[in-house]
Order: sequence, then structure tokens, then C-alpha cells
Amino acid sequence: MSQVLHTPPPAPDPVPASAAPPDDAAALAARYGLTVSGARPSLPAYVRQLWARRHFITAFATAKLTAQYSQAKLGQVWQVATPLLNAAVYYFIFGELMGTSRGVPDYIPFLVTGVFVWTFTQSSIMAGTRAISGSLGLVRALHFPRAALPVSYALQQLQQLLFSMAALFVILLCVGVPVSVSWLLVVPALALQFVFNAGVAMIMARMGARTPDIAQLMPFVLRTWMYVSGVMWSIDKVLTAHQDMPHIVLVALECNPAAVYIDLMRFALIDTFHASQLPHHVWALAVGWALLAGVGGFIYFWKAEETYGRG
Amino acid sequence: MADPNNTPVPTVVADRVPTVETAVSVPTAGSDLVPTVVADRVDIVYRVNGTGAGRGSATAALNRILRQKKTEQASGVRKVHAVKAVSFTAYRGEAIGLIGTNGSGKSTLLKAVAGLLPVEHGRIYTDGQPSLLGVNAALMNDLTGERNVYLGGLAMGMSREQVRERYQEIVDFSGINEKGDFITLPMRTYSSGMAARLRFSIAAAKDHDVLMIDEALATGDRSFQKRSEDRIRELRKHAGTVFLVSHNNRSIRDTCDRVLWLERGELLMDGATEDVLKEYEKFTAGGGTR
Repeated sequence: MSQVLHTPPPAPDPVPASAAPPDDAAALAARYGLTVSGARPSLPAYVRQLWARRHFITAFATAKLTAQYSQAKLGQVWQVATPLLNAAVYYFIFGELMGTSRGVPDYIPFLVTGVFVWTFTQSSIMAGTRAISGSLGLVRALHFPRAALPVSYALQQLQQLLFSMAALFVILLCVGVPVSVSWLLVVPALALQFVFNAGVAMIMARMGARTPDIAQLMPFVLRTWMYVSGVMWSIDKVLTAHQDMPHIVLVALECNPAAVYIDLMRFALIDTFHASQLPHHVWALAVGWALLAGVGGFIYFWKAEETYGRG
Repeated sequence: MADPNNTPVPTVVADRVPTVETAVSVPTAGSDLVPTVVADRVDIVYRVNGTGAGRGSATAALNRILRQKKTEQASGVRKVHAVKAVSFTAYRGEAIGLIGTNGSGKSTLLKAVAGLLPVEHGRIYTDGQPSLLGVNAALMNDLTGERNVYLGGLAMGMSREQVRERYQEIVDFSGINEKGDFITLPMRTYSSGMAARLRFSIAAAKDHDVLMIDEALATGDRSFQKRSEDRIRELRKHAGTVFLVSHNNRSIRDTCDRVLWLERGELLMDGATEDVLKEYEKFTAGGGTR
């Protein structure tokens, strides 16, 4: 008859699924066409799912961006004011106190472009690191391809950068940089940088999901990366002054993706920043980094799709 | 072998392996019992970081990253075995209640069925995509109710057009605008009851194949509860199978024809609602301890 156990048996080690004999459950599931819950979809199916969620990705990014300053009295003014204040601090320290500006024409637009473009990459990567580990509630409550999260965070940073770019154009006009056709190059340069950022964000999202501690270490990594990327100094000037540096260091400095995207933007916007200051094959480098990070990051992220959501 | 349709005799769960024979039984040919969810010896384990000393210090972090696998114990990772070897089969047209004291693994099991939590061992097979009724996590308190309706709808996988079509219906159902134009205010200005009503209304706007409800019935005032119970009954008609987690035995009796009783992560009983609830009430009357 029906009776209830009065002491739960001391939990023995669970039988691993692989050790189980071929069982009814699997046969039953197969007969009625049931599929394993939470299994990873194939790569093409995953791309389709992600595309189907594109409206969610954009809505989530915009919502995050709007929510950011919704409690502030000045509201959305901070979208422009924050990057400007950032640039002012860097100008005070590097331009005035340390004199990095010597020999760099149009130092203010040079610096501000560098800071804005770098901030885009930096905050995309930081947000990507926390994309899964910081949204566990969302991951455990709803179904969607998880890549939507890091991509959405990168998109939020792109929207943030567009605000900064508006401020940048004002600065450019104020310091007397002429408007030119080359400004149109901003569009492909930004597109490539976005793909690169989203790719790295996906890589970091997977690592951050497994080891949330990475979020504590990333600020140090990113700060080091910033100082070698020529955000506030001219790589080209340093390279010509120190020809005796080991070749490998020279190549590494020039091929650094952050430096590539920063210099492309400067080349597009500032008339005194000449093509000769760019590394060789700069567009090839920009496309190559974008493809490598974008495709590689996407596949790397997809490989662990079914494990996201574990604590 | 009991047929799950003919109010099966509550199965005594004596040891883990053969447990619920009714559950894994293959219906005879010609019967119209169509399984929608098959859980096969499911184990779910949570890993909790930061229970030991040293979180936040750089060396501890490095140590954890470099030697993840080996030093799980030493670096302060604790395992919580939330669900242990649970097997059952749910059929189309069933409404299944999940009961058990707090922390017995009910919600965890539902999340795993929905494919939202990875299982440690075992398998869960499902027909289509089961969904959890709830969008709380996708909503943002700093945004207006209006934008949250869109965000929540999109997060559940509805298209922009579908949300636009249902928008008025959702707002009317929630009753948010009964006392003025509140839908255009940020959600943080809502009372907790109002916020709960809006969340339920968004979540209930979509039709599901396998629907899982986690204590969603207990929100809002009396009149809203009435409306949401009606809505759930309506959702049940469209859904193939319904799972309901609740501590309210009355709402389990009202809605479910079969009940799974989980205790400490183990499936204690699986059977007809009355039989299982009788044992459960005896158990909880005794203070829930043994």
C-alpha cells in the first residue's frame, strides 16, 4: 500500500547517465519525437535563432542605455557630458602635466578621438565579461540564444559611442579641423570595430560565466592595454624616435587591434593625421581582426551555449 | 503497471532506481497517451562561489582561475545537490502540481525542464520548448511600464508586431491605468502589487506548449487574483501540459490531477492529487521534520 519513506536514504553518489543501461526513457522520447531539453542547437540554427531575436537585442541595448541615467536630474545629458569630462581629465594630465602633446599637431582632437574609440572597446569588453554572470536571473528565466546578451551589451556601447561622436564633431569644428570627405570613413571603421568588440565580448562572456573572478582582473589588463595602444601618445612618433627597439615589439605595437581602430578613426577625422602615420595594410589589419574576433568569438561562445545558467 | 490516466496508486519511492514505474511506462499501442516531458534520473547541482575565505584577493582569484578543476573544494566552491535522481513522464493534457517544503528543489526542477538550468546527470526530453511563466528578470525598474511591456514581450520571443497587437490587452488586463496614467511612469514608482500585476500580465500574454507556473497565482488583490486564475485556465486549454508549483494546497486541488512531491531534492511520491496531498498534509502537520 501507499506509504512514505520516513528517512530519505543517505544520498548515494548519483549514477552517471553514461553508466545507465539503454533505457525506456530514451526509447519513449525517441518514439514521440521529443528532444533533449536545453541541448545546444547547430551553428546555422543558432545563427537563425539569434537573427530572430534581433529586435530583443536592440530593445535590450536601448533600454539599458536609457535606464543608466534615468535617476539623474540632468538625465540623458550625461550621455554626452560623461565622455567629455573623461577627455578633459586626460587632457589635463597628459596634455598639460606630462607634456605628451609636444610634437603632436591638433592634440585635443587627437586625444579625444583616442579616448572615445578606446572607451568603446574597453567598456564593450568589461560589459561582455559580466554579460552572462551578471544576468543569471535573465538566463535562468527565459529562453533565447545567450549570444544575444554580449552582443546587446556591445551594441549598447556602440550607441553610447554615437553620443560621444556627436560631442567629438563639435570639438573638431571648434578647434578648426576642416570638414572633409574622409569623415565618411568613420562608418566602415566603426562597423569593423563593433564586430571586433562584439567578438571579444563573447569570448569574455564565456570565460566570465565560468570564472566570474575575471571581472576583477580585467580592469588591470585593460588599463595596461590602453597605455600601449597610443590613446594619449603617438605610436608613430615613438617608433621613429626609437628605431633600436626589437622588431617584434614594433610589429606588436603596430598590429595591436585597439591601436589600429584608433588610428583609423584619427586618419578619418583629423586632417593633420596623415596616411604615412598609419601602419602598413591598415585596412587589412582592421578587417582581419574583426573577422578573427567576430567569427572566432561567436563559435567559441556557441560551444558552451548549454552550460550558461549554472551558478 | 498502472496507467497514469486511471488515477495511479501512489508509488512508494523506496529506492532511487526503479522509483516511479508509472512514469517511464510505455503506453500500449493504440492508446492516445502522448508524452510531452520525460525526465530520466535527473541530477541538478549548483556551484556556489565565495563560501570560503579569500574572495576578492588577487592571489585567491588567480589560484581559482589557474586550477579550477582540482581545487574546487579548497577555493571555497560549494556544491549544492538540489535535485537527486528524479524521473517522471508527463503526458499531454495533464496538469501536474509540484509540492514540497521550501528548498526542496521544485523551482530548480522546473527550470531544468525548461532547459534553463543544465543537468549534472540524466536527461530531460521535451516536446517543443517548455516555458516558464515569468518575465521578472527581463524588466527594468527604471523604465516606464510601456517600455517594459515591449521589452518583456520581445524577451519572451514575441515579434514587435505581436507585442503591438497585444499591447492594449496587456495594459487593460493589468489594470495599471485604472487609477490614472501610470503606464507611462517608471516601474520603480509602482506599488509592489501594481508591479506584480503588470509582470503577470506581460508573462501571460503568450501561448505556450508546455507551461510552467511558479507560484504566480498569489499576486495582486482579490479581483486581480480572480482574473489571473481565469487567464491561467485559458492558458491551460491551449497548452499541452501544465506544471504548477504552489504551497497553496487548495489551488493545487483546483487545478491539478496529478502531483509530484519533492523533498530534499528527491521524488517522494508521484500520484493522484488526493492521495499525495493527504500524505503531504500529514507530513507538514507534524512540523515537516522527521
